[in-house]
Amino acid sequence: MMNRKPFLETQRLSVGYTTSKVLFNDINLSLQAGELVCFMGPNGIGKSTLIRTLAGLQEPLSGKIIRGDEKKVAVVLTDKIAASHMTVRELITYGRYPYVNWNITLTEADLLIIDQSIDTVHIRHLLDKKLYELSDGQMQMVMVARALTQETPVILMDEPTAHLDLNNRVEIMNLLRQLTRNSGKAILVATHELDLALQTADLIWLTMPDQSIKTGIPEDLVLDGSIDSVFQFKGFDLKTGKVAHEVYRTTKVNLIGDGPTYLWTRNALERSGLQMDEAGEIDIVIDNGRWRIKEQVFTSLKDLLDAVILK
Amino acid sequence: MKQVHFNKYLVALAASLLLLFILNISLGSVRIPVEELFKSLLTDNSSSATYSTIVWQFRLPKALTCILAGAALSVSGLLMQTIFRNPLAGPDVLGLSSGASLMVALVLLISQSASLLVIASNPWAIAIASSMGSSLVFILVIIISNYVKDNTSLLIIGLMISATTAAIVGVLQYVSRAEDLQAFMIWTMGNVGSTGWSEIIVLGIITLTGSGIALLFMKSLNGWLLGDHYAQSLGVNLKRSRFWIVTATSIMAGGVTAFCGPVAFVGLAVPHLIRLLIPTTNHKILLPAVMLGGPILLLFCDMLAQLPGSTLLLPLNAITSMIGAPVVIWMVIRNKKIRV
Repeated sequence: MMNRKPFLETQRLSVGYTTSKVLFNDINLSLQAGELVCFMGPNGIGKSTLIRTLAGLQEPLSGKIIRGDEKKVAVVLTDKIAASHMTVRELITYGRYPYVNWNITLTEADLLIIDQSIDTVHIRHLLDKKLYELSDGQMQMVMVARALTQETPVILMDEPTAHLDLNNRVEIMNLLRQLTRNSGKAILVATHELDLALQTADLIWLTMPDQSIKTGIPEDLVLDGSIDSVFQFKGFDLKTGKVAHEVYRTTKVNLIGDGPTYLWTRNALERSGLQMDEAGEIDIVIDNGRWRIKEQVFTSLKDLLDAVILK
Repeated sequence: MKQVHFNKYLVALAASLLLLFILNISLGSVRIPVEELFKSLLTDNSSSATYSTIVWQFRLPKALTCILAGAALSVSGLLMQTIFRNPLAGPDVLGLSSGASLMVALVLLISQSASLLVIASNPWAIAIASSMGSSLVFILVIIISNYVKDNTSLLIIGLMISATTAAIVGVLQYVSRAEDLQAFMIWTMGNVGSTGWSEIIVLGIITLTGSGIALLFMKSLNGWLLGDHYAQSLGVNLKRSRFWIVTATSIMAGGVTAFCGPVAFVGLAVPHLIRLLIPTTNHKILLPAVMLGGPILLLFCDMLAQLPGSTLLLPLNAITSMIGAPVVIWMVIRNKKIRV
């Protein structure tokens, strides 16, 4: 796998604006076919600048970027599109611009490719909508379709899940994963959203404090503490992937049960400042979707919580 | 597929243009019957020499000027709205017309006071001076627009540039001779009636060249709508296309201003009226559509300026502003925010 020719490769790349404002220095990275890579780092570290540099929209300070075939890469950026009364169909057509003549004559083949991207992203129902009518999530899907229409081996995306709700974020990331699996594209996603990146990325590029970028699979970077050191969590426990709860009640609880009910009951108890302990003074038994403390049965978690906290 | 769907609008626009062209020549202080009009246009033996003179000396040059100026201004307006991604841009709003006016005023007044009438009467000299004036203002506005990104600030700067050049033109008028003044005043109110055939040929060449450049760059123009980065990623050469778009806009705005004065609102309003009719952002359709729409609006305004059956001639700018300004206000209110 490692000796295949990468789709995109950097050699001793330095990125920034002037020599006095270098954002990344001596970067040697590569993007392989079929890989979903998340480029992670805190806000304001220069992820967008690197994405633009890799895309050829900005000159590197020094070093080289080698793109597999000399075609341009497709990008999805955070730039707002001012022409908001453009239709979705018009926007997707732009993907064919590198291939059409000055007169914008679309061939049958062009139209077929446009059609296929629309189906891949499932946005046929949006085609005649104007951009200002779209939700943030729909807009991102349309931008992905536009990028697909460009038929490039590499797609670079800058914060594609920003401002999206959880459902849309998951949908986008799943779509990107499918694209890498089914069409062998290499997709680089710059993001500061840790949870999604850890769960979906094949590889993570992590911005380090010394202007370098560390690469590794998500699990390795979690376990060796790299991610902790970069993000400096304030109340997020990376090992469990949850927000750390502070114990502020003296009562200890022994929870007995399994499955999702167990996990969410535990979440409710910990959130309320209770400590979980097998030797706790209260035994709560989960039984067929209900909760029992000794003989007392609770049908809702809220009632249970009220009872436990009052004790 | 989409193109075919929009072609019917272009056909309708072309038909309206032809109809207005005929009406414009036919109507006026003297009404010329349509059959007489065709006789004098297409044959040598018109039944009335008067009709023939009116058509060939006055009505036809004026109508052709309306067509050329309307097309040139509308295409300039569309190009400016696209390149600034600002729906309120237009050759008069951002000061291109005033820049051109200033240069024309300088050339006219200086050459007259220095008795260099050769220059003042050469249409090319006036057109070149005027285009230089508009391109200088355009470049100035582009430089400033790199610092102010929002629509309103850009607009205010355009208005200030207009005010400044208008003030300089005012000073020039004040120190110039009285007989130059009246001709100049008529010119500043917008005037399509003083162009002779030599001026029309110059204006025609300018309009064809400018529109041709715009058509050649339709792909880049569409790219500009997405913003610099996306345009670049699709292979649009930003510097090259901006140079040609600025050139096309400047020569067209300058050319019209040289011969017709600073005609107000046409460049701003026509692209919006067209987008109201044809819901697209694609310049492949918008460009030909505004090339037809601009002449329609200007022919119509000219007919109102020269009320049929009356000898009263209203200033053209009064009419274009009376139509253009309410259109813009109405659109702002209707859409809350008008779009490129």
